[in-house]
Amino acid sequence: MSLNIIVLAKQVPDTRNVGKDAMKADGTVNRAALPAIFNPEDLNALEQALRLKDKYPGSTVKILTMGPPRAAEIIREGLFRGADGGYLLTDRAFAGADTLATSYALNMAIRKMNKADVIICGRQAIDGDTAQVGPQVAEKLGIPQITYAEEILSVEKDKIKVKRRLERGIEIVEGPLPMVVTVNGSAAECRPRNARLLQKYKHAKTVSERQAANEDYTELFNARPYLNLEEWSVADVNADVTACGLSGSPTKVKKIENVVFQAKESKKMTPTDTEIDSLMKELIANHTIG
Amino acid sequence: MNNLFVYCEIEEGKVADVSLELLTKGRSLASRLGCKLEAIAIGTNISGIEKQIFPYGADTVHIFDAPGLFPYTSLPHTSILVNLFKEEQPQIALMGATSIGRDLGPRVSSALTSGLTADCTSLEIGDHEEKKENKTYKDLLYQIRPAFGGNIVATIVNPECRPQMATVREGVMKKEIFDPGYKGEVKLHDVSKYTSPDDFIVKVIERHMEQQKSNVKGASIVVAGGYGMGSKENFGLLQELASVLGGEVGASRAAVDAGFCSHDRQIGQTGITVRPKLYIACGISGQIQHIAGMQESSIIIAINNDENAPINTIADYVITGNVEEVIPKMIKYYKQNTK
Repeated sequence: MSLNIIVLAKQVPDTRNVGKDAMKADGTVNRAALPAIFNPEDLNALEQALRLKDKYPGSTVKILTMGPPRAAEIIREGLFRGADGGYLLTDRAFAGADTLATSYALNMAIRKMNKADVIICGRQAIDGDTAQVGPQVAEKLGIPQITYAEEILSVEKDKIKVKRRLERGIEIVEGPLPMVVTVNGSAAECRPRNARLLQKYKHAKTVSERQAANEDYTELFNARPYLNLEEWSVADVNADVTACGLSGSPTKVKKIENVVFQAKESKKMTPTDTEIDSLMKELIANHTIG
Repeated sequence: MNNLFVYCEIEEGKVADVSLELLTKGRSLASRLGCKLEAIAIGTNISGIEKQIFPYGADTVHIFDAPGLFPYTSLPHTSILVNLFKEEQPQIALMGATSIGRDLGPRVSSALTSGLTADCTSLEIGDHEEKKENKTYKDLLYQIRPAFGGNIVATIVNPECRPQMATVREGVMKKEIFDPGYKGEVKLHDVSKYTSPDDFIVKVIERHMEQQKSNVKGASIVVAGGYGMGSKENFGLLQELASVLGGEVGASRAAVDAGFCSHDRQIGQTGITVRPKLYIACGISGQIQHIAGMQESSIIIAINNDENAPINTIADYVITGNVEEVIPKMIKYYKQNTK
């Protein structure tokens, strides 16, 4: 049995390591100051996909990502770790999409690809933490979903069995293919880059990346078509432009505020014995502790 | 019509705390809007469930009781909500930001093409102006949440699409009985009219649920560590202080991500919200995502090397120094001066 597997991956700003220059004076995010990374749970998802490929020879893993032209980096990263190819959805008309408009676009791209058996993505992306895109894509495709997956246990006779990690325990669930699976950060870590694949794919690029670098790519792409990373626009995936990007997003950001805490009158202390002792004495006296 | 709906999660015949918290919030929002509060209860053998819901001020409880609706699976619960919402046209729909609500909410919003905001920390009612179109929308739901890893707070609105949907984590809203004698209407629905047999194709074949492992949520003293603790070993120090004081250990997201502490002790917007008597923040810088989960603590002590750490602004006591130095001194004094 061989499977067509699609991994949905997102390039995200590394919000876990936000420096002081990450916010502009007007309270908006300075994206340029943040490194762009492969969304961590999407890497967990990729690993689950690669394990299926190992288990069922002949299976293929394709990365699908949506973002600006630089998001092609995500596809290359996937290729270095064992994916077979990828597509970049990129178009100005996709910009400003909320989760619903994103899901619509991804769903249209998936419909253009070879019929998928399993679509795997991270549970959520660290820049939004919404966990909405996976289920919304599944609904748009009209197929079921298994969220919070920790491990894909097996795929047999058109049935997939998955272990889910929930707040207070685990569940083993089984359902038919095709299926959308969203993977938790508690799942196995993604394998590292493979040196051979790194050599093979280091020159894999999208047409716009090659154009930006002023390279003549026609000959190379003809000789090694796997180095051509395809870019798809709104028109390429037959999407309705009004359902994409800002115009296709029912949620609007009314206001963004830089965080201002209601500052308290705090008592400043140094870690001397006297000061710590007096603090503890006070806490015991007012029955906060003890 | 156009009422406010709350989806109630039910486990072992009991309505989840997060749902009761949302009913409490929903009650006050509904009163503000002058609409009714309606609850949805979906499960297997749940007759009488309305008795747990009415005291929180629900005017209507929609009950869907049939085999196969427990344990939760996505498709039948989605079909019920989608079809019920098509009939009832709610203006607002709220659910818990749990593994159920975060599975169900997006699916329903996608089917209805309505907007959904995850993990709100505050819900308010207010007007919204679209300047470009010169249009004013009255009484929208302001869905307020930290975004971008907690570095900003965003207010989200859904001007056009209904219902306006939001999820909220357990513990973020307060649970409060509205009126113990409150009585509303029970609507018992025919599940087969809302679902199709194809909805039952995903089966839960095994289930192991435990009681909540950590008791961080209910602890009156929380000793929490951040990335600044540096290692898992150093968290042992926090555990020691917590044991001595009779509290629980918590952690910031950065510390959990770094593997210093288990996920079930994460405090913040994407973890647990706590309101202890005493919160001791050790090596925590204080991103809004963390502060959202602990700012209502009665007394906050911040121990940090960085005297400009954001957490210091909300702390009652700021100790600038090494956690490794301060905590042993606290333990020593406490042991010597209490029984």
